[in-house]
Amino acid sequence: MDATALSHAAQAVGAIGVLGTVLGVILGVASRYLSTPVDDRAEAVAALLPGSNCAQCGFAGCKQAAAAMVEGRAAPNCCPPGGASTAQRVADLLGVRLVMDGSEEALPTVAWVEEARCIGCTRCIRKCGSDAIVGAAKQMHTVLPEACYACGLCVAECPTQAIVMKPVLPTLATWHWPKPKPKPKPKTAVATPLTTD
Amino acid sequence: MWSFRVRGGVKLQYHKELSSEKAVVPMPLPRRLYLPLQQHIGAPALPVVVVGDTVLKGQLIAKAAPGLSAPVHASSSGTVVAIEEYVAPHPSGLRQKTIIIATDGQDRWAALPHPITDDFPLGVTPAELNSRVAAAGIVGMGGAAFPSAVKLDLKSRYQLDTLLINGAECEPYLTCDDRLMREEAAAVIDGVRILAYALEVQSVVFAIERNKPQALAAIREAARVEPWIKVMALPTRFPMGSERHLVLACTGRETPSRKLTADIGVVVHNVATARAVARTVRSGEPLISRVVTVSGRGIREPANINVPLGTLVEDLLVFCGGLHPVPHKLIGGGPMMGAPLPSVQVPVVKGTSGVLALTADEVNDGAESPCIRCGSCVSACPCGLVPLEMAQLVRRGDLQGAQAIGLQDCVSCGSCSFICPSHIPLSHYFNFAKGQLGALDRDSRRQDRIRSLIQARNERAAREAEAKKAAAAARKAAKAAAAAASAAAPVDTPASQLEEST
Repeated sequence: MDATALSHAAQAVGAIGVLGTVLGVILGVASRYLSTPVDDRAEAVAALLPGSNCAQCGFAGCKQAAAAMVEGRAAPNCCPPGGASTAQRVADLLGVRLVMDGSEEALPTVAWVEEARCIGCTRCIRKCGSDAIVGAAKQMHTVLPEACYACGLCVAECPTQAIVMKPVLPTLATWHWPKPKPKPKPKTAVATPLTTD
Repeated sequence: MWSFRVRGGVKLQYHKELSSEKAVVPMPLPRRLYLPLQQHIGAPALPVVVVGDTVLKGQLIAKAAPGLSAPVHASSSGTVVAIEEYVAPHPSGLRQKTIIIATDGQDRWAALPHPITDDFPLGVTPAELNSRVAAAGIVGMGGAAFPSAVKLDLKSRYQLDTLLINGAECEPYLTCDDRLMREEAAAVIDGVRILAYALEVQSVVFAIERNKPQALAAIREAARVEPWIKVMALPTRFPMGSERHLVLACTGRETPSRKLTADIGVVVHNVATARAVARTVRSGEPLISRVVTVSGRGIREPANINVPLGTLVEDLLVFCGGLHPVPHKLIGGGPMMGAPLPSVQVPVVKGTSGVLALTADEVNDGAESPCIRCGSCVSACPCGLVPLEMAQLVRRGDLQGAQAIGLQDCVSCGSCSFICPSHIPLSHYFNFAKGQLGALDRDSRRQDRIRSLIQARNERAAREAEAKKAAAAARKAAKAAAAAASAAAPVDTPASQLEEST
């Protein structure tokens, strides 16, 4: 092979190389600046929700509810079992302001089995999304309050209405000062009509 | 020795003269003692006695729970008549497990640990001292009631160089520490030396506000033989006795946000704690009594009383001649940082420094009016915060916003509420917000735990479905194989063969 052929080959390789580098850089820049943003917040929101698809929010499950929250079709506090802390975390993630509607001041509840009524059918155990109910067939069941997230599915499932939702009362460890209520302004003296009867 | 400047704070009317010249008197033994299982920060103690047991003075009746906790001892001899839920000395008025002792009036002592009477250096190791302080149930007696032994153990995790003794007593009305320093200066200094020995620190500062000249003189006199204990007179300004502000005033070091004073090498102990430690080491006595100031213009005869723990506030008030006139407010602790008592039938506990009955003209309780943005609270805040802005955010429900501008650095001293001309309950807003944020945080952690349970259950369900599917497929395959076999040899398929394949 002579020198001319070699130099031609080198030119071709060089040209292709330069072309490749330039196009590569353009593609790289384009992928960075011209990309369509993918909205992956729905998954992030779903990761914050309980994930047991109890459907109290009115959607088929937690994934659907998460999508609705991202699209603004549902409020961040639409998940009753998630409670105030989940609502706050969703609102933080979506960058929306949480509108307090008073529901966050309600006492949290947990399920409670009235022992005299329980027939040990295990239907609630099979329904419970977080394995919070223990018991065996024809044995009395009970709820582990630490694991219960108050979805209420067991209440509807129980054939003998043995399960009720009970409020979790504050203890010395959980109590805190309530929000100050504005003090009423001192009333100006008003003449009260005398009652004759 | 000059103190370093501390920003903010307020000048108060102290009213200490009501009780400051009253020597500490012992409280006559009440008929019943109510000893709550939780008189400290941490987990409630676990009872080691049952109803009907006879107990002796100083006997352990509830042992410390694992983790952060402190034991409880009987403050006199008698019989345990109940272990039940009883109203706690707490603004919520909630009940907590309480051991109730009917006293027998004989005050018989239990066998106590042997006294350590050696002069310094003591014949025991700091670790032994530490476990003795823990066993005696000693907690911070300035009001926070943090187990003292845990504070002595800080040296294992932090580089400590200074022990600061808090004799500031910056709350109005309270004089219990003042009286202790005047009457038992030698015991207090002995306790300080023991604490310094246990902590293995070289430098000790004893801080007292200038409005207690007799206490300053008494402590100076008692500390004369120990020139390495520096006694410091501090300007009278609230909240000088707040841990981080006291450290700043005495050492010039500022505790970083969300850190402990131990992070900058200082441990703070209260005067009464030092005395309790001295008593435990020198005579073996656990913490079963404390000095309480009963004062306020609603008290007929204000006094400083050495009270057995578990005595009802009602008994204290009767001992002081009763309430006259009917007070507007009944407070446990000081008027700035103390909390209203839910009833007079609550016991005196380890952290009760005072019981105050305040009349209406002693309480700054006007009707709330809108904020005029005068900025008084900003100049009063010793933590450099902007209370008016934070309260506004909390009022609107934006707790995160309040947190972003320093809510968690608030020490709840109440200076802002005190100074506010519009009577806005600023520190009440901050106490609410801090509590609410704590509740949200607890709830988030609970939700996370429950989510992992749900996930585990979903995974288990998926595995079970998978297994069922596999089993069904296997069954189908076996059936097909059997059918093929029976087609090949239709005459006799042994049943056992079929069973084996399924």
